[in-house]
Amino acid sequence: MTKTWKLTVAAALMGLALAAAPAVASDSAKPSSGPAGAAVAQQDHGASTGAHVAEVVGEAAHGGEHKGGFPPFNPATFGSQLAWLAVSFGVLYLLMSRVTLPRIGRILEERHDRIARDLAEASQRRAESEAAQIAYEKALTEARGKANAIAGEARNRLNAETETNRKSLEAALTVKLEEAEARISSTKTDALSHVRGIAVDTAQTIVNTLVGTTPGQQDTESAVDQVLSRKAA
Amino acid sequence: MNIDPIHQFEVQRYADLLRVSGVSFSFTNASAFMIGIVGAIFLFLTFATRGRTLVPGRMQSVAEMSYEFIAKMVRDSAGNEGMVFFPLVFSLFMFVFVANVIGLVPYTFTITAHIIVTAALALLVIGTVVIYGFWRHGTHFLHLFVPSGVPSFLLPFVVLIEVVSFLSRPISLSLRLFANMLAGHIALKVFAFFVVGLSSAGIAGMFGATLPFFMIVALTALELLVAVLQAYVFAVLTSIYLNDAVHPGH
Repeated sequence: MTKTWKLTVAAALMGLALAAAPAVASDSAKPSSGPAGAAVAQQDHGASTGAHVAEVVGEAAHGGEHKGGFPPFNPATFGSQLAWLAVSFGVLYLLMSRVTLPRIGRILEERHDRIARDLAEASQRRAESEAAQIAYEKALTEARGKANAIAGEARNRLNAETETNRKSLEAALTVKLEEAEARISSTKTDALSHVRGIAVDTAQTIVNTLVGTTPGQQDTESAVDQVLSRKAA
Repeated sequence: MNIDPIHQFEVQRYADLLRVSGVSFSFTNASAFMIGIVGAIFLFLTFATRGRTLVPGRMQSVAEMSYEFIAKMVRDSAGNEGMVFFPLVFSLFMFVFVANVIGLVPYTFTITAHIIVTAALALLVIGTVVIYGFWRHGTHFLHLFVPSGVPSFLLPFVVLIEVVSFLSRPISLSLRLFANMLAGHIALKVFAFFVVGLSSAGIAGMFGATLPFFMIVALTALELLVAVLQAYVFAVLTSIYLNDAVHPGH
């Protein structure tokens, strides 16, 4: 696509060149007219040896030879070139140094300042946020410490309370235990005191059942006492 | 006949203004192009920076890039003290650059293809170096020619070489630009005349003419490169030479 486009342009340019070639050739063959030719002929040297020759500044300085020499080396043009170069380059230097370069320099400086200012602001903001973070962390540490302290205190207090409760409870229990032991021993003694009576009754009943007669109260009691004392021994 | 590759360099007088003892200061096509170049540079740079926007547009970027490019070049070569020459180097670069590039447009006049113009610019540079060097450093400026740390029996030769190389600077500076511009434009014209000459020889000649035609296209690209490069080289060498004016001791 682009290739055909380029080829078309190339062909058009070539056609233009071909069309222009005869025109250019005939142009120079004509006697010189127009601004270039009119003002050019160096009349004081009287060298109008043909239209093309007269067009060339300083041509006549060479005494009207066929070719005026190599134009860049033609000294007759030097004065004019130097003068106009001095004027134009001087103007350019003044314009650049006084107007254009300060102008561009100011634009660059403004941008540079702006960037520097923004960077400074950004770093300031960052410092602020870092400070805030540090403060937050400090507060957090403090709060944590305080919480630990409170928790420790509460734990100690609870421990102490538990300890007291436990002690008082233990004391109460000890008292109750002692009471119970006393009651048990009294009950035991009580119960043991009834053993003899029961044994006498039982022995009377057994003898009655076996023999058919009830032994005397006195005899039974003495027999039971005899057995009990033997057992106790 | 205009079938002459030299014709393009001819200075044509438009108006005869002043003549002092046989030296003509006429207004010529060269003068017109010089003024046009100055006008183009100033108008472009002014127009490009008219918005003075914080974020530059395309044109403003070009203006800023050329500013920073030359500023960096001068600062790298001549240091911060060399920045007094920044407007000079910038003007030289823009002048030569625009003159070279405008000269590539057909039917225009290339002022940098004239040795007197390039020589004047080169002498301006060397003159600035010498005058500023003496004004700033006095006779110390002459240390430029006396490198330190050279054995005394070699010193005369070294000084001689330094002086010759210093004197050859304006010559090489002006000839480089002049010869590059001149040769390129002559080559372009020669190939253009091949096209015209061949195509006048009938159909076969027209086909044959395509070869030099494409050669012109290629040469134009090359010449554009040369035009930009030579302006750059001129500016770089200028800042390197100006460094001697600022720091004459080696």
